[in-house]
Amino acid sequence: MITLLDARNVTKRFGGLTALSDVSLTIRKGEVYGLIGPNGAGKTTFFNVLTGAYVPDGGELVFNGTELPSGKPEQVVAAGIARTFQNIRLFRDMTALENVMAGHHIRSRANPLSILLQTRKAKEEERLITERAFELLRYVGIERFADTVSKNLSYGDQRRLEIARALATEPQLLALDEPAAGMNATETARLRELVQTIRHDGVTVLLIEHDVKLVMGLCDRLAVLDFGRKIAEDVPAVVQKNDAVISAYLGGHGTAGAAA
Amino acid sequence: MNELALAIPWLGKRHPAAARWVVVAIALGAPLIAILFGKTWVRILDFAMLYVMLAIGLNLVVGFAGLLDLGYIAFYAVGAYTFAFLASPHFDIHLPFWIVLPMGAGFAALAGIILGLPTLRLRGDYLAIVTLGFGEIVRIFLNNLNHPINITNGPQGINMIDPLVLFGWDISRPVKIGEDITINSLFLYYYVFLAFVVLSIILVQRLQISRVGRAWAAIRDDELAAKAIGINTRNMKLLAFSLGATFGGVAGGLFAAFQGFVSPESFSLMESIAVLTMIVFGGMGNLAGVIVGALALTALPEVLRHVAVPVQQAVFDRVILDPEVLRMLLLSLAMILMMLLRPSGMIPAYSRYSRPELVVGKAAGEARK
Repeated sequence: MITLLDARNVTKRFGGLTALSDVSLTIRKGEVYGLIGPNGAGKTTFFNVLTGAYVPDGGELVFNGTELPSGKPEQVVAAGIARTFQNIRLFRDMTALENVMAGHHIRSRANPLSILLQTRKAKEEERLITERAFELLRYVGIERFADTVSKNLSYGDQRRLEIARALATEPQLLALDEPAAGMNATETARLRELVQTIRHDGVTVLLIEHDVKLVMGLCDRLAVLDFGRKIAEDVPAVVQKNDAVISAYLGGHGTAGAAA
Repeated sequence: MNELALAIPWLGKRHPAAARWVVVAIALGAPLIAILFGKTWVRILDFAMLYVMLAIGLNLVVGFAGLLDLGYIAFYAVGAYTFAFLASPHFDIHLPFWIVLPMGAGFAALAGIILGLPTLRLRGDYLAIVTLGFGEIVRIFLNNLNHPINITNGPQGINMIDPLVLFGWDISRPVKIGEDITINSLFLYYYVFLAFVVLSIILVQRLQISRVGRAWAAIRDDELAAKAIGINTRNMKLLAFSLGATFGGVAGGLFAAFQGFVSPESFSLMESIAVLTMIVFGGMGNLAGVIVGALALTALPEVLRHVAVPVQQAVFDRVILDPEVLRMLLLSLAMILMMLLRPSGMIPAYSRYSRPELVVGKAAGEARK
């Protein structure tokens, strides 16, 4: 399999605290890759380094064979990595449709002048963006709320909308930060289906998740972080039986069954 | 053009077409009604049009992009002084308006970028303070640049500015039709300004419903998320500042030509705040609201000025409260009531950054409230 993302010895410190220490992991094209670990293990920090929100103190991230710019989120998106947030961050006062349309920003090119003059090209692009946005809403299953202001959507639908918006940037790697947080069982099941569809359609998925059941069922491979270090990386069945993982989660007295 | 209809919400929702025609009729007929009450009122209408342009421009910065600008009047000043420099006896330069007006707009846009660059990282209160300072700096420069070299003529200002001359036709002179009908230049200015307002509305609306408008709204709603979907927030903010300033610059140029006189005192902090108040009053982020707000807050004080004195004299036999005092008093009262009763303005903004009806078979646009 082809390597999509290669993180090499990524280190990030906040003052005296080392949030990530020498983390190396490889994500292959087309897989669902899980990143788990107890609270404060550095999962979100890794996410923020990956997506350009933080500048790492050491190491590098190679995406599709080229090094990712650090600290420049918009360039990371242009390179093909899209993300969602742990605490949903939608454009609250825009409709669901407009949120997704905003996501198309980086893949559209109408400039202010062509917009002011409403050139044929600009008009055509606008129509295309609208159409694609509708398609994406349908894809995540909330097309009927296209015209609803996003802050009025239900929690689960907001999560879906955020995923649609991320997909609008046409990513090769979709990074989801705890997408199932706060969801009920039905919503989680539907989310699992959605992630599988996304993977099936050729987008690699990086998943940070607390819901161990979801991670184990969904991921092809996963890495476990603990205190900023990677303590395991393998297929779920193997990771599940890893002693270091069990003790990280359960303080060293658990069984594999409890971790799952 | 739905916004046009929504300027009269109660009619606009039920009969948009009818509301649209009412708005057009009011816009075209306003000076004819105003003249019944005297020429002053036509003059007030002319000024109202300038304020509408300012409000439209400021709304682009504050309402769409969410960048609180308390020094917006500085761009008005830049436009006005550019016109004054290049079309008056002050430097003895008399360029035609179709050169001067775009130049004023250009300089204002440049000033917008100059203000935008150092303030890119600021938000909310901090941005407000810096822009407030910027507005004052511009005014103080205008006030003091008469020494050692006289550039702005200081507090005396610049007068005898050339009027608007459209294709060889000086619109500051009354037009005579036949023997006894003369059309006052105030009317002509009104329709010229109205044309500029209509053009501004069209341009701003095109920007709003585009990737640029959506990028602004995204930055306003959540800057971090905007970055996370690849929006270059730096460029988009600079674009908002400069385009917003352009409208101010054009309005300033028209103001200079209309007044024939500019001085620094026309560009005080109170003016910036007045324009911001119009936006908040009318409904921030909503074009129709902003226009109604600008019209209402330009007209109300004038109505008051003309009504308050006679009423007080009739009731108390003397003037107890000076109209100017009363104006600020009632304006504050109106603002407080507004914040309590309709915190999002007379015509609240509703999301309008897309046209779902572009896609065949989507009735979503009709369901909008």
